[in-house]
Amino acid sequence: MTSNQVNEYRRRFMAGLGLAAGATLAPNFILRSAQAADVVARPDNEPASSAKRWGMLIDANRLTDGGASMVEACKREHGWGNDPQASAEQQPQWMRVVKVTDKHTKHSFTLPVMCQHCENPPCVDVCPTGASMKRADGIVYVNKHTCIGCRYCMMACPYKARSFVHEPLKDQKPHSPRGMGTVESCNLCVHRIDKGQLPACVEAAPHAVIFGDLNDPESRISQALKALGGTQIRADLGLNTGVRYLNI
Amino acid sequence: MSNKAMVYSEVRQAGWGYYGLLAASAVLVGLGLIAFFYLEHTGHHATGMNNQIVWGLPHVFAIFLIVAASGALNIGSIGTVFNNKPYKPLGRLSGLLAIACLIGGLMVLVLDLGHPDRLIIAMTHYNFKSIFAWNIILYNGFLALAVLYVWSMMDYKMQRFYKPAGFAAFFWRLVLTTGTGSIFGFLVAREAYDSAIFGPLFILVSFSLGLALFILITFGLFTWTHRALNDDLLMRKRYLLALFIGAVLFFEAIFHVTALYAAEHSHFERFMLSGQSGYSLWFWIGHVLIGSIVPLFLLLLPMCRGQVRSLLMASALVLIGSFIQLYVIIIGGQAYPLTLFPNAEVESTFFDGVINSYVPSLWELMLGIGGVGVTLVMIVIGVKVLRFLPVSLAQANPDEDTD
Ligand code: SF4
Ligand code: SF4
Repeated sequence: MTSNQVNEYRRRFMAGLGLAAGATLAPNFILRSAQAADVVARPDNEPASSAKRWGMLIDANRLTDGGASMVEACKREHGWGNDPQASAEQQPQWMRVVKVTDKHTKHSFTLPVMCQHCENPPCVDVCPTGASMKRADGIVYVNKHTCIGCRYCMMACPYKARSFVHEPLKDQKPHSPRGMGTVESCNLCVHRIDKGQLPACVEAAPHAVIFGDLNDPESRISQALKALGGTQIRADLGLNTGVRYLNI
Repeated sequence: MSNKAMVYSEVRQAGWGYYGLLAASAVLVGLGLIAFFYLEHTGHHATGMNNQIVWGLPHVFAIFLIVAASGALNIGSIGTVFNNKPYKPLGRLSGLLAIACLIGGLMVLVLDLGHPDRLIIAMTHYNFKSIFAWNIILYNGFLALAVLYVWSMMDYKMQRFYKPAGFAAFFWRLVLTTGTGSIFGFLVAREAYDSAIFGPLFILVSFSLGLALFILITFGLFTWTHRALNDDLLMRKRYLLALFIGAVLFFEAIFHVTALYAAEHSHFERFMLSGQSGYSLWFWIGHVLIGSIVPLFLLLLPMCRGQVRSLLMASALVLIGSFIQLYVIIIGGQAYPLTLFPNAEVESTFFDGVINSYVPSLWELMLGIGGVGVTLVMIVIGVKVLRFLPVSLAQANPDEDTD
């Protein structure tokens, strides 16, 4: 038997047992160092193009810490998570580690959850001013200058991916300004992508995450998705998320 | 109002009574403004709202007033659209009440924004897919129509606009309340909402809430200015009020029963109705019992129904019950966690899978009360400077027409 046949046999056998044949990001999808090849810098004079759609595939099995280091990297990059006056419930959280336990089987896993960069984002539909927007390349984020702070997008997001800033802030990161009275969320590190760098969280978990262009069938992420599939959280809502998971 | 034309006049009362009332209302406005400036300066961390419960007590006040505004215009439009003569003398007051409630409600909504200073953006950048943006247009249109309607009743030269403005206001109001309800109805992600029934439900709530408010304000104003109120006319409203209360209950029953049958909503229904949460207590005791059943008894039981006092009592309870109902819908709906993974338990550092708690702060209460203050100030000044109130309703003959 070739190794492909073995895999196929194994998959059927597992399926027969009622177990999902846990496909994992195989080494051929993992690049250890030169991942930035997945992202090409956008020239300053060119607008974001709809030819691309940025996306992310996260293998929960390969995240030994459940995604905690990704969350830490995001905090460092954007400076959220330590607003001095906000209560725990008021603290913004762009990304968090969620532990999921099946009610019957008690099978459990953890995964990082952030803005899923929906193709049909409810948060964009409801925003009265258009501040909540989707860029041509699929990145969903809030325009800080036109957000009036109504929080309707927070009501609409199925993933609780958005936070409201409850207090005046000092010492902001120049590349990621945050502002009291506006809503914020994961923006896929748009400032890094435009320079041809990977999002901070992806860099923090290179063995478990693939980032790239979903519209390019040749990209590593498209290839991996084609070969291994990729689960959406709440796929039933039909939002076609740009963030996909393996082994959840 | 037999053959004589109805006479209207400004309120003549002055002195302590009038200015005391005005001052008391102004104090409420002042409380609201203090809260606004404070929150504008320190941010929303001083409120009980957070990243789990994003809309709080101010939104309950705002939606309460906006829904009441739409219902208050009912009385006027019943008179105009259905040519119901006994109601016509109250048309001006119903217009004033509608305008005052809407402005009070909108003020709370706007002052609670994270960036109220950017209101101009909300007025100039429209995302036409957003129900919220549509509501901004609907509110502005409602104000314009209500002003035109009142004007057409007050100014002889404008009389030809009376009918068209009354009709337009009538239909606009229905659309407006549907729009307010749809703010919730379109939230697919939240089990508590996501139902087309929110539009019609809000219309019915506006009917009963608006009528109850109108009864109380009319009675208050007439008594205070020593004008004769026609008890018959007042008492006839009790059947209407009872009908509206019954309709709200009926619609809610449909809403909850259908939701109980839909698997994806049934957990939430249990949370809301079965006593699992404080919200079910508020719902059953506050809204259903005190806000609906008791008023129905007061309005319909033979031993109470003849008394003006029971009508006033019933109206006051309807106001309280509707406020609680909105509180349960708005806050209770957010307290219930989002479902990320059906059939699984989730936990995180961000309160996934937990029933969220919310304790409003004093600032939020002050902001909400400020909106009520704005409404009261507008009414108190309105009846003083313009001819909103009939001199007497004593000769209005309720039998001339039917409800
Ligand atoms: S996950 Fe939420 S915030 Fe992100 S695009 Fe979807 S609806 Fe919008
Ligand atoms: S909070 Fe800001 S981004 Fe969200 S809906 Fe309101 S205006 Fe739009």
